[in-house]
Amino acid sequence: MVENEGIRRYVAHAILWIGIAVVAFPVYLAFVASTQDNALIANGQMSLLPGGHFLETYYRTIFVGTSGTTREPVGMMLFNSFIMAMSIALGKIAISILSAYAIVFFRFPFRMTVFWIIFITLMLPVEVRIYPTYKIAADLSLLDSYSGLALPLIASATATLLFRQFFMTVPDELLEASRIDGAGPFRFFKDTLLPLSRTNMAALFVILFIYGWNQYLWPLLITTRDDMQTIQVGIRKMIVTSDALTEWPIVMATAILAMLPPVFVVIVMQKLFVRGLVETEK
Amino acid sequence: MQKQSVFTSRWLPFALIAPQLAVVLVFFYWPAAQAVLQSFLLQDAFGLSTTFVWFENYKELLSEPGYFASIVRTFVFAFAIAISSLSLALLFAVMADKPLRGVGIYRTLLIWPYAVAPPVAGVLWVFMLNPSLGVLARGLRELGVDWNPLLDGNQAAALVILASAWKQISYNFLFFLAGLQSIPKSVHEAAAIDGARPMRRFWTVTFPLLTPTIFFLIVVNIVYAFFDTFGVIDTMTRGGPAKATETLVYKVYTDGLLGGNLGSSAAQSVILMGIVIVLTAIQFRFVERKVTY
Repeated sequence: MVENEGIRRYVAHAILWIGIAVVAFPVYLAFVASTQDNALIANGQMSLLPGGHFLETYYRTIFVGTSGTTREPVGMMLFNSFIMAMSIALGKIAISILSAYAIVFFRFPFRMTVFWIIFITLMLPVEVRIYPTYKIAADLSLLDSYSGLALPLIASATATLLFRQFFMTVPDELLEASRIDGAGPFRFFKDTLLPLSRTNMAALFVILFIYGWNQYLWPLLITTRDDMQTIQVGIRKMIVTSDALTEWPIVMATAILAMLPPVFVVIVMQKLFVRGLVETEK
Repeated sequence: MQKQSVFTSRWLPFALIAPQLAVVLVFFYWPAAQAVLQSFLLQDAFGLSTTFVWFENYKELLSEPGYFASIVRTFVFAFAIAISSLSLALLFAVMADKPLRGVGIYRTLLIWPYAVAPPVAGVLWVFMLNPSLGVLARGLRELGVDWNPLLDGNQAAALVILASAWKQISYNFLFFLAGLQSIPKSVHEAAAIDGARPMRRFWTVTFPLLTPTIFFLIVVNIVYAFFDTFGVIDTMTRGGPAKATETLVYKVYTDGLLGGNLGSSAAQSVILMGIVIVLTAIQFRFVERKVTY
């Protein structure tokens, strides 16, 4: 295959660079804005190069928050988002691996019924049942609480299915061997199955952490107190309808801080991320 | 498919499934059932009495011109987002599938926006295209465009589509790249030996082999446009101006916030459920084909 190979290669490089520019430009601009003076930005005089207010803006964003309104400092929002994302990821993995273990390695009445009950939840995202779920959370007095933020988002079958598929591929001999060694269901789970599932769990964790971190509609409804806000909800409330009052450097610094953890996870754990994404979509 | 060798215990399996079953029943089935039930009930203005009205709520909803407009709008958004982000992603994936120097870095630099949350994507683009201070808005005005998405519904819609499509490029890129890499090199070589030029090779060999991936991605993108654009819309336009960016999910949200008509809001939820179930069913069909491919 050697036809104008050189030129084609340059074209490919050029297209990829354009793609990267398209994808990165909004984020670059947000970073630049976060280092400049608000007055300049509000006048439409923003420069395309970073300014000198980096430390000042980020310090105020994380520890003080916007002036004018009674909003919390973004440090608090980051903390809330982190707790929510971790509870969703760990909670979902924990309850799913247990139920998948029961469904694959045990025989019990209504086994397939249980499987289908869990399987069907795959179909409906929380957005379509948002108000009834809200009402239940309110009845259980889960509003403004971390469990309220996490629990309804744990109720889905993706992870269970993934573990079930993986457990099915575990050879029968392994189970028989550990049985001969005198291992019961607990030991087999702890000493054989968990170590084997490590990569799957890690890949799933990466995907679920990003999923949890980026939730928006549910936290928007269930949190009313400012100190329970997640960063995704907080950033929206910083944009005041009349442009003049919006503190753009702080909004943009918040945007940068909001994407930092999940983007970091994607870049550092790229292999696990890709694996998790492809597996959960199957 | 079943395991031959299993444990037997009377109580243990039930203890193991109990946590998930509890969460699913309380936070999934109970609210879903509530929505279905509510959609058949009519509550009086003071919430004192409810009557069973069969499909009255649905009839009323479907005869409401605003609802119909919202359905059409949602599908227009979905197709615009799917087509624009899929075609860009395919272009980038084909390029990144070539044996180029530094291709690994290109791939990393193209996939990270997956991690940007929809509301953040909205904030980034609303800032660039803010009519009074946005950098891109300035450029548009210099080109002679009368840019004001706060007043012009079509421009607001373009804004939402742009931000949503931008965020989705990386996801599509990833799956296209995986699809391209699963095509055996020998197929390309055979076509090259037959004398097919690269462009022709792409359309007659690569593209047909990618169709399972494309169908899968179309469904995923439509689901994304239906549900995940909520964050984009809420930070950018809040459904306005004059409902020009009010999608079905956004309408459920605002109608519910106003707290007026519980029955209508529930009926909207049930219709959305129906749409997702159909989309998921379609997706499962294609996924099955993907496996046997």
